[in-house]
Amino acid sequence: MKLQVENLSFAYDQEPVIENISITVKKGEFVGLIGPNGSGKSTILKNLYRALQPKGGVVKLDGDDLFKLNYKQAAKKIGVVGQENSLPFDFTVEEIVAMGRSPYKKIFDGDTLEDKEIINKSLAYMGIAEMAKRNYLHLSGGEKQRVLLARAIAQQTDFLLLDEPTNHLDIGYQIQILDFVKNLKVTVLAALHDLNLAAMYCNRLYVLKNGCIYKSGTPEEVLTPEIIYDVYGIRADVSVHPVTKKLTITFLPGSLNIN
Amino acid sequence: MPAIILLLILAAVISIILAIGLGPVSVPPATVAKIIGSKIPFCKDYFSPTWAKVDENIVWGLRFPRVLLGMIVGSSLSVTGVAMQALVRNHLADPFILGVSSGASATATLGMLFGVFSFFGTYSLSISAFIGAAISIMIVYTISRVRGRINIPQLLLSGVALSMIMDAITRIITLSAPNALGLHNVTYWLSGSLAGAKWGYLTLPAATICLCMVILMANHRALNALLMGDETAGTLGFNVGRLQKMLVLVSSLMAGTTIAVSGTVGFVGLMVPHITRLFVGSDHKRVLPVCALLGGILVVWVDVAARLIIAPEELPLGVLTAIFGGPLFIWLLKRNTSKW
Repeated sequence: MKLQVENLSFAYDQEPVIENISITVKKGEFVGLIGPNGSGKSTILKNLYRALQPKGGVVKLDGDDLFKLNYKQAAKKIGVVGQENSLPFDFTVEEIVAMGRSPYKKIFDGDTLEDKEIINKSLAYMGIAEMAKRNYLHLSGGEKQRVLLARAIAQQTDFLLLDEPTNHLDIGYQIQILDFVKNLKVTVLAALHDLNLAAMYCNRLYVLKNGCIYKSGTPEEVLTPEIIYDVYGIRADVSVHPVTKKLTITFLPGSLNIN
Repeated sequence: MPAIILLLILAAVISIILAIGLGPVSVPPATVAKIIGSKIPFCKDYFSPTWAKVDENIVWGLRFPRVLLGMIVGSSLSVTGVAMQALVRNHLADPFILGVSSGASATATLGMLFGVFSFFGTYSLSISAFIGAAISIMIVYTISRVRGRINIPQLLLSGVALSMIMDAITRIITLSAPNALGLHNVTYWLSGSLAGAKWGYLTLPAATICLCMVILMANHRALNALLMGDETAGTLGFNVGRLQKMLVLVSSLMAGTTIAVSGTVGFVGLMVPHITRLFVGSDHKRVLPVCALLGGILVVWVDVAARLIIAPEELPLGVLTAIFGGPLFIWLLKRNTSKW
């Protein structure tokens, strides 16, 4: 078992945001968190990468208590890619990817040849080697996201937490980013917005509603018209796509008057 | 990169020698170099005194400590700017703009006029300025943090409000001053000036900038990561809470010890990091040393201008830096509105 979350709870002041969340991720799995806005997807991930302090619960990573690790140890085990964030300073692509080597560095350590090699490999893997010297601020949203993923790759962890990594990207980039992640063959826990993408890439899904897990299982078990209606309040038609052999979800808006 | 640093060190040495020579009474650079050479323990035999005693007094007794102090003050203020900018993740941060200088002045004035911190002995002025700087940074930082993020309008406005409050406190303290001589000293010092620099003034600020530079350089990766945001820095393996405390401490130490010897010199901490980043990017491994050297050189030359523009009278250094720095701040503000 790679990650084991038991009864994780978090509250802003007294207002509970997530309650009794239990999630397991096996080695090599791609697990998705889906649910409407405000259902707690990001909050769960933030508790796991310790940007937030949980109110209760146990999290085990490779069998060890995650909250007992120091920041450096945790950073060698978990890579995080969030939404493309604004950066008010000029950094080159290469400098940002180099930051992924930080957890392996002691004070005063410079970048070694090995670091440079890892950085170059990460850049090459993401197909952005030729952008190495460019200013991050001048890149498009999809390119920025590739840089952040390259940074996570340079971090050399075997577990990635992705917080809606494809938000605001056009469909080409969304699929490109998720393909890159899938091909890394690492364990992934990802909050995803798009149900069709979740069905296409995830081995298992957790559906969240109002800060609790509403249902979990394989995409086929979870993405039924009933559950989609219960959670999102929209009717949907779900079928297996003849080419991808994956679920495809078609939404049926009320305005179309389909029975 | 080493080439840039070497070039800047060379420029700094040349600036120091030229700046020592310039003033109401000028001394040729060659004489300046010889006088300085004659003071270095192992070289003094090579320099037989061919210069007038008065030149030696001006160079060694008056100008050299003043120029070196300018170098140290410029470096400290610039590096303080870098540290504060990493702390609040914005390049508009500067000890002057965020009210840190005003806070340091208020407590320093309290110490100067009423001897409140006299139990600290020789360094009471520096320590009192440090306390004021630390309190101000923490107040501004706490006010401008909204849900774990620094809110930029809130940051700038709380800086302005805090400056005003601290300036008002300073005013109250000076108005209730028990003696006229102390009051005169405070007024002169508050306007920001390097005049009256003595060798004894150099030790503490020089030691502070060296120590803080070592600490900051050791943490250059952490500073880079902080610019990406608190959460990201955490996921890259840095203890963000501890880093922020370290930055508050380091910034207050540098701002406090600098302000204690030079009064409030504004905008250096804003201008120099900005110019530095234009040349070498944002990687702190390069920004910190370049900034320290560039800041020192800038203040040395602004101080020369302060001595010369209305010679034999002197302009306060802080007045000149404000005249150059203010417009740059406005320009940065306009240019960056889109990025918020």
